[in-house]
Amino acid sequence: MSNPQSSQPIVLEAREVTKTFPGVVANRDVSLKLHRGEVLALLGENGAGKTTLMNILYGMYHQDKGEILVRGEAVRINNPSDSIQLGIGMVHQHFMLVPVFTVAENIVLGAESTNGPLLNLTEARQRIHDLSQSYNLDVDPDAYVKDLSVGQQQRVEIVKALYRNIDILILDEPTAVLTPQEADELFEVIRSLTQQGTSVIFITHKLREVLAIADRIVVLRRGEVVGETAAATATERSLAEMMVGRSVVLEVEKTEAHPTETVLDVRGLSTNDDRGQKAVDGVSFEVHAGEILGIAGVQGNGQTELIEAITGMRPVLTGDVRIGGNDYTNASPRKICEAGCAHIPEDRQKDGLVLPYSISDNLVLNSYYVAPFAQGGIMREQAIRDNAIKLVDDFDIRTPSPFVPVSTLSGGNKQKVIIAREISRGVKLIIAAQPTRGVDVGSIEFIHKAMVMERDRGAAVLLISAELDEILSLSDRIAVMYHGQIVATLPASEATREQLGLLMAGAQADQPVEEAQLQQRVASSTT
Amino acid sequence: MQATGTLARPTRVRIPWVGVTVGVVIIGLILIAYVWDARITTAVLTATLRQSTPIILGALAGIMCERSGIINIGIEGMMLIAAFMGFMFNVWTGNLFLAVTGAILIGGFVGLLHAAMSISLKVDQIISGTVINIMAVGFTGYFYQQGLTTEGKLTSIRIPLLADIPIIGPVFFDNPPITYAALGLVIGVHVLLYHTRWGLRTRAIGEHPGAADTVGIRVNPMRYANVIIGGMLAGLAGGFLTLEAVGTFERGMTNGRGFVSLAVMIFGKWTPFGAWGGALLFGFANGLQTQIQFLQNQLPDWLAWVGQIPTQFIGMLPYVLTIVVLAGFVGRARPPAAIGKTYEKE
Repeated sequence: MSNPQSSQPIVLEAREVTKTFPGVVANRDVSLKLHRGEVLALLGENGAGKTTLMNILYGMYHQDKGEILVRGEAVRINNPSDSIQLGIGMVHQHFMLVPVFTVAENIVLGAESTNGPLLNLTEARQRIHDLSQSYNLDVDPDAYVKDLSVGQQQRVEIVKALYRNIDILILDEPTAVLTPQEADELFEVIRSLTQQGTSVIFITHKLREVLAIADRIVVLRRGEVVGETAAATATERSLAEMMVGRSVVLEVEKTEAHPTETVLDVRGLSTNDDRGQKAVDGVSFEVHAGEILGIAGVQGNGQTELIEAITGMRPVLTGDVRIGGNDYTNASPRKICEAGCAHIPEDRQKDGLVLPYSISDNLVLNSYYVAPFAQGGIMREQAIRDNAIKLVDDFDIRTPSPFVPVSTLSGGNKQKVIIAREISRGVKLIIAAQPTRGVDVGSIEFIHKAMVMERDRGAAVLLISAELDEILSLSDRIAVMYHGQIVATLPASEATREQLGLLMAGAQADQPVEEAQLQQRVASSTT
Repeated sequence: MQATGTLARPTRVRIPWVGVTVGVVIIGLILIAYVWDARITTAVLTATLRQSTPIILGALAGIMCERSGIINIGIEGMMLIAAFMGFMFNVWTGNLFLAVTGAILIGGFVGLLHAAMSISLKVDQIISGTVINIMAVGFTGYFYQQGLTTEGKLTSIRIPLLADIPIIGPVFFDNPPITYAALGLVIGVHVLLYHTRWGLRTRAIGEHPGAADTVGIRVNPMRYANVIIGGMLAGLAGGFLTLEAVGTFERGMTNGRGFVSLAVMIFGKWTPFGAWGGALLFGFANGLQTQIQFLQNQLPDWLAWVGQIPTQFIGMLPYVLTIVVLAGFVGRARPPAAIGKTYEKE
């Protein structure tokens, strides 16, 4: 496939943009060009500087060096209003919508039309209607944003940008919160945008999507552009190598599982979320020794609450939790931990680590009160030091010293601290929630290997992840959660990405086979 | 109070049946009381409105601040300083209009102080408010001298014809200026918040400042402006005390009204009309309490036991009522989501 867009005029150009934060170079001499009507993918790991670059283009930060050209003219973008003026719109990774406002109120915010001193929303409604017609973006102007699904909220964000007459749209990790089907719908929208002349910058770390939607790909690593390629000539493997800087194993190597006795037995578990609404509704499953059970689902379907209920961090309302045959329903987290359960929490900064504490202290958070780390209520520094030195080595935690605050580590190394602490004591159950979220590719490899090794050692592993690829490559069995319930459980060998995607979106377990095949055909015909 | 339910949420056309029912019951009770004793009923209702004036002004002050995301626990202090300074302006100039204007400006100035502390200096907003409360007690206590005389206070303006309507007339159309102003401001703040560009942006920065920032709204300057407007409303509430209600200053004369305002704001779920309902409830308890104290010796037989209650306990009535209403009937009130957090770009 040739690249017809490259003959189009350049609408946006960055020339040798450099931005430093105290101690870190977020962008170094980054240059890129965006043509009219093209989809440019900006690919890179977390912390590669993608979002910083986009925030510079959107006026949230200002570059230290270099220049930005819009339609050939050097511009100075001091704040988001400037960039909106220049026709640049951005859909942030975390949506910038006010939940208690209606769709129309959110869209007009900052660009309100008035009737004397009073707001005039009638006109806005009409324009929103017209925009959603012409770009096939279905939104109801009078719905409250808090009642919308994530996919719908994203459409609102896109309409919000279009409402401001933008012709350059930046999408920051737009598919992170979508089901595969919603992602496909988003791609359709992007295609209709580019056909009508809008240029799109698509930021992601997902290789598959880049190949599906982009015309051109720019790869960032540690703040620098390390490669640029046409999507037509790239492969997942070549892109991954560019991202990481060495060859990587994308597939997790694992042998067949040999599950034995039941370790975790959850029966009819229900619990509420923080607002007191039912988040988990009568969930039952088992995890056996020597297998990995993956729970797939779009974020916010009760996975977080389920894990918290099992690990004693959230009250179980009905049902029970048995670990190794004993009842641990509503037991304290320490009791559950002592029962041989490792917990790798979803939010490692908040629930996994005490950030100002040293790595060595964080490594004994679950065992500081027992021998060999304590004797008669007094902590034994020597044992804690020895333990830290050993684990830092065993788990390849990259740090100048085991005694620096854990807050100084990168995301991947923080996660390794937690994993080292949790599994080094030889547990029989590992509960891992989003274990590789925000973690670099190198650490992901390490973490995946560690989990497979633990499985082969005979531990039962419960994996919760929003990344379908991770679920598919690690799990032996897959359960899908939707609206607080497990809607299907199937062997990983039989599961397809499309089928899981439909289940995650709430399709019934018995119908999706033909539909999944249909979807597959649609997907392959479009790429 | 009768209007609260129906006017609380005019952004959506939805008939709040609970509010309508409560309103009808209250109107019914007032009519029964009026038939039973017209003079006392009118007195209680008039007192209700007057007593509710500083409360609703304080609550509107809180609404303006908190809707923009800044907690204002310093309303009590803002009211007290403005009450004192309003009184002093009256002493110095002898001009009530200048004195009221002065009280409003002083309130706005203390608002600016709160904004500077909590937005620019990033002081915890509760601490900043507490500083203002403590400072107000110290400042007014230190500078207050006894024996100052003034040229009087604001008096009632009777609106012809309208004031002759039974019940409603004497209650609503025979009041001093700040009481009228408070009624207007309830409507004014409502329109401002829900029907203007300023209001939409104010609510946005109180709910999700990041969303506002990314569409080019300057969050912190807007917060400054709203906190200053809130301070001015609290200043007017203070001016009411010394320039309209009492005519002189006493140490600690706000007597917890600033805090009751906050309670009333929460009771009204951060809406002007809801808060007005709460303020009227407090004012009613106050008016009733005063009348009971007046009439303690001439009660009918079946109410004679009321006369046995020590006056101190009757004086508690408004505050007890506030506690009961807040604790028991409000349910879950959801404050603006970004309240209490300083906004910084990531």
